[in-house]
Amino acid sequence: MNKLLKQTLLATVAAGVVATAQAETTMVIVSWGGAYTKSQQRAYHQPYMDANPGITIVNDDSASEGASKLRAQVEAGNVTWDLLDAEAPNAITLCDEGLVEEINFDKDLAPAPDGTPASVDFGKSLVSDCFIPQIAYSTTLGYRSDIFDVGPTKMADVFDLKKFPGKRALEKRPDPNLEWALIADGVDPKDVYKVLDTEEGIDRAFKKLDTIKDQVIWWTKGSQPMQLLADGEVAFGSGYNGRLFEAIEVDKQPIKMLWDAQAIQLDGWVVPKGAPHKEEVMKYLRFATDTQRLADQAKFISYGPLRASSAPMVGKHADLGIDMGPHMPTAPANMKGAIFYDFEWWADNKDDLAERFESWLAK
Amino acid sequence: MADAEAETELITTADGIPLKQALKKALWQRKKTALLLVSPLFLFVLITFLIPIFDMLTRSVDNSIAGEQFPSVVVEIQRWDLDSSEIPDETTFQALFKDFKAGAERKTISRLGRRLNYEMSGMSGLFRKTARKIKKLEAPEAATEVMIAIDKKWGKLDTWRLIKRESGNYTNSYYLAAIDAEKLSDGSLAMKAEDRQVYVALFWRTIRLSITITILTILLGYPIAYLLATLKTKTSNMLIILVLLPFWTSLLVRTSAWIALLQKEGVINDILVAIGVLNDDSRLAMIHNEAGTIIAMTHILLPFMILPLFSVMKTIPPSWVRAARSMGATPFTAFRRVYLPNTIAGIGAGGILVFILAIGYYITPALVGGTKGTLISNFIAYHVSTSLNWGLAAALGTILLLLVLALYILYDKVVGISNMKLG
Repeated sequence: MNKLLKQTLLATVAAGVVATAQAETTMVIVSWGGAYTKSQQRAYHQPYMDANPGITIVNDDSASEGASKLRAQVEAGNVTWDLLDAEAPNAITLCDEGLVEEINFDKDLAPAPDGTPASVDFGKSLVSDCFIPQIAYSTTLGYRSDIFDVGPTKMADVFDLKKFPGKRALEKRPDPNLEWALIADGVDPKDVYKVLDTEEGIDRAFKKLDTIKDQVIWWTKGSQPMQLLADGEVAFGSGYNGRLFEAIEVDKQPIKMLWDAQAIQLDGWVVPKGAPHKEEVMKYLRFATDTQRLADQAKFISYGPLRASSAPMVGKHADLGIDMGPHMPTAPANMKGAIFYDFEWWADNKDDLAERFESWLAK
Repeated sequence: MADAEAETELITTADGIPLKQALKKALWQRKKTALLLVSPLFLFVLITFLIPIFDMLTRSVDNSIAGEQFPSVVVEIQRWDLDSSEIPDETTFQALFKDFKAGAERKTISRLGRRLNYEMSGMSGLFRKTARKIKKLEAPEAATEVMIAIDKKWGKLDTWRLIKRESGNYTNSYYLAAIDAEKLSDGSLAMKAEDRQVYVALFWRTIRLSITITILTILLGYPIAYLLATLKTKTSNMLIILVLLPFWTSLLVRTSAWIALLQKEGVINDILVAIGVLNDDSRLAMIHNEAGTIIAMTHILLPFMILPLFSVMKTIPPSWVRAARSMGATPFTAFRRVYLPNTIAGIGAGGILVFILAIGYYITPALVGGTKGTLISNFIAYHVSTSLNWGLAAALGTILLLLVLALYILYDKVVGISNMKLG
């Protein structure tokens, strides 16, 4: 064999061996994309990767289909995700079905700086044995501030096509559209789930949704309503309050928030059963859910951290320098008329209502 | 007699082997080589096409989950009569308690709840609730009372009729759901309530839209293909690139471009308002509805019509039309009697290609179709990836496959498949 060729081959093989020896752990973390993933990247992922050179974190933006894709992965026996960002009701369902790991909160998670154990620090937001809370967010409405002389103030205005004409962008799923329909129909936010628990209540909600059905563009990804609002395609758009904050304050779009009847929900992590790098993920979680990190995330997006010890540390936006307090869904002014999402109720009824909602849509 | 003849006239090769055998052997060698050569393709088709289709067919009737989660209940329930006016006996309830507790500890029982929920709403919630409570309980003396105390639905006849009905390894309920029918609690079949019917209407819409799109691609593609076929090769090659260019662009990019063009505040509406054709309030809704699906899909599928048409038209000598004209045919008659019949093969090939592609399309309708322009494939995708009702998705897919095959056979009967030409 040619000597040069031999040397080249040897060098290649050697390089291959060295590369394998330095092989990095690549963790796939599934989240919601857009502004939200960006805030996690800056508050959790980047600091963690800086401190642990052997770890690479890859973002996957398919959390909106997270629960179903994870089921598919488990059924096919090929789990490729290490960590999944999930809403509380989905986390409850996944936990019930044994698709995600149970967490020992005090052992697996860091205590607060003053030594308070994690389970106390997270308090009421621990809604399932598998769910590690991160933030409280809300699904609320934004509207174009440049088309109405007198802006809308309440949920009923969203269903009032005469006073506030124009298209509405709503999320293509039953919640919280059914709750909103009932509130617009005059139900007190406190009684929403009592009414929804009856067949007549559900009929009433769908009937109210019928009145605006022609004017609705249904979205499936959090970025779509922001685009539709920015393009002026819709007058109202439902969205996550952090995305709306970004569109209003960072992108300076002519959009205003309608906080009335915002649906406050919890979002957090679940660890898939059979995650390829479980050990590394648990180390990462201990870091990413400590008091400082949760408070840091609020510098990049207007979602409220769920540790009691993080709340006082929420300050100003990292780039804009504005005070984040009033932009949190949990700010007192925004809380008037808010709906507290009933996780158990949705976990029990989601399958039925999702099916009914889909057939209602296809009509 | 034939034997006697063969024996007397036996011809052998130089080394004494009968010629017939030697020939057979040589032919077999060649066949073997041919088989070896096709085997990679055959395996590929088998693994990527035939096995998945077979898997889909079995999934659409598979109900093995009942036996997996309720191993003793499905045995005990055999003794119970569907028409009985009383709920099953204590032994069955003991079996239910045992299976349920085991399933709750494995954390797999709610999968069966989800399965039964397809048949009767509320079952998913019932299973989840029972699983939560049963974990804390020990095997009781009177399982009947304990289960009914957990939820009174366990004492309802309808619950047990459903469990009995769906206790086999196979089920037809996915197919029933796929045609908007359901089994009533007494076992008879009926159509679902008007406001719950979805799929039959969607199948019709899918066929109607696919036919519309196919006709539109013929109307738009025919003149273009004619132009390409009659121009000088140099110019037509240039123009063919324009036809192929969209082929090389990502489907998502093309679809997003249509969104930018067609939306209310989009380019087309802006231009129409600027030149005064439209008022600012009466902008056209061309997207998030049926029109959006038709426009975007016609554009995306157009090359599949133009290319077969072009290659067929290329083979028609221009002298034929000239000959017809010289014998006194008007241009239209010459086209109708001479040119058009010769292009039928291309129309057939392009038509069937576009139609079959259109009937299974889902990305474009999902993005531009809104709720009025979505097709059956969007629901198949929804059940595969969102609701995870794979059985129903498989049943819908199987019906769609049969529908395409039926239309193909119809096409063969009317036009004749041998008349199809791709070039």
